[in-house]
Amino acid sequence: MFFKAENYRHPAFMEGLRDLAPQAPGVAAWGLMTGVAMVNSGMSVFEAIAMTLFVYAGSSQLAALPLIVAGAPVWVILATGFCVNLRFMVFSLHLRPYLMHLPRLERMVHGYLTTDISYVLFTRRFAKPSEDPAEQMTQAASLAGNTFIVWASWMVASFFGIFLAKIIPTSWGLGFAGTLCLVGILCSLASTRMRIFAAAVAAATAIMAYHLPLKFNIVLAIGVAVVLSMSLERFQTKRAGEAA
Amino acid sequence: MSFFEGTDLWTLAVIVGLTGVTILTRSFFFFSSEEWALPDWAQRGLQYAPIAAMAAVVLPEILMQQGEFLHTWMDARWMGAAVGAAVYFWRRNVLLTIVVGMLTFLPLHLLAGW
Repeated sequence: MFFKAENYRHPAFMEGLRDLAPQAPGVAAWGLMTGVAMVNSGMSVFEAIAMTLFVYAGSSQLAALPLIVAGAPVWVILATGFCVNLRFMVFSLHLRPYLMHLPRLERMVHGYLTTDISYVLFTRRFAKPSEDPAEQMTQAASLAGNTFIVWASWMVASFFGIFLAKIIPTSWGLGFAGTLCLVGILCSLASTRMRIFAAAVAAATAIMAYHLPLKFNIVLAIGVAVVLSMSLERFQTKRAGEAA
Repeated sequence: MSFFEGTDLWTLAVIVGLTGVTILTRSFFFFSSEEWALPDWAQRGLQYAPIAAMAAVVLPEILMQQGEFLHTWMDARWMGAAVGAAVYFWRRNVLLTIVVGMLTFLPLHLLAGW
């Protein structure tokens, strides 16, 4: 959490922030288009601002908009948001050992602020959680810097989108900058054969299962890719063991 | 457009609920303070979750149009993404990927109408 002095005064805070900076325009493009989409769906400016400030989850915001317009039952809207967000539960499981040294409330604020991009770049920078208290502080401060710049870019851009919704042309497809940002991150992760295998499995699963409701294809793709990669890894080490 | 015009309590309640959903899902495994750890193999497996998540979100965005696999190669999105990826492997810079990818995408999309 970026508003805690112990984090923002730590040198790792700026490192986490710099790590994220090249991706910030992608985050901003998405925030901008989400802001525009909220107002164009018929939300009031006040509602759009409240949604931006509190919900802070682009994909569940976009999924909820048509349901809100249609006046769907509240539980349907919340269940949709929940399913679209399922991947975050996987992320929090992965991040748990990194943050368990912190008090519950701090862990939960870190979790609330950790979006897809923050999670991916944080785990890219720190492949393993640490046992050492100084290193644990470094990791938490780095995550705080990382989530701060994502939060700030998203908020500023969403507000621009909300207030300029009438003059920003949606047909231009400016939101594609957000997709390109993820393309860059995806390429940066593709550093080993096993990871490329995991990406290929996830992509194929997500495309084949695209018609599942509520974006279940995403969390299914993550699950299938993790399980298959893990099995292949074990199979390979077993074979290597037999050969030796 | 006035600030509060069209604001209704039902929508605000939905926003409060969705905020709860964000907190619940993003902090799901941070809530319990019990001492437990995943078995080693599961923790290792999770190393593949970041790249799997990126691929699962991005590839359908690029390779599909209106819920179907692309029927034509004349599509501005996958071309922008392919050029962006090539630029990434050349320069290892995400910002450049975004800029060059957009410079590929926008003319094809706006002028050629792909």
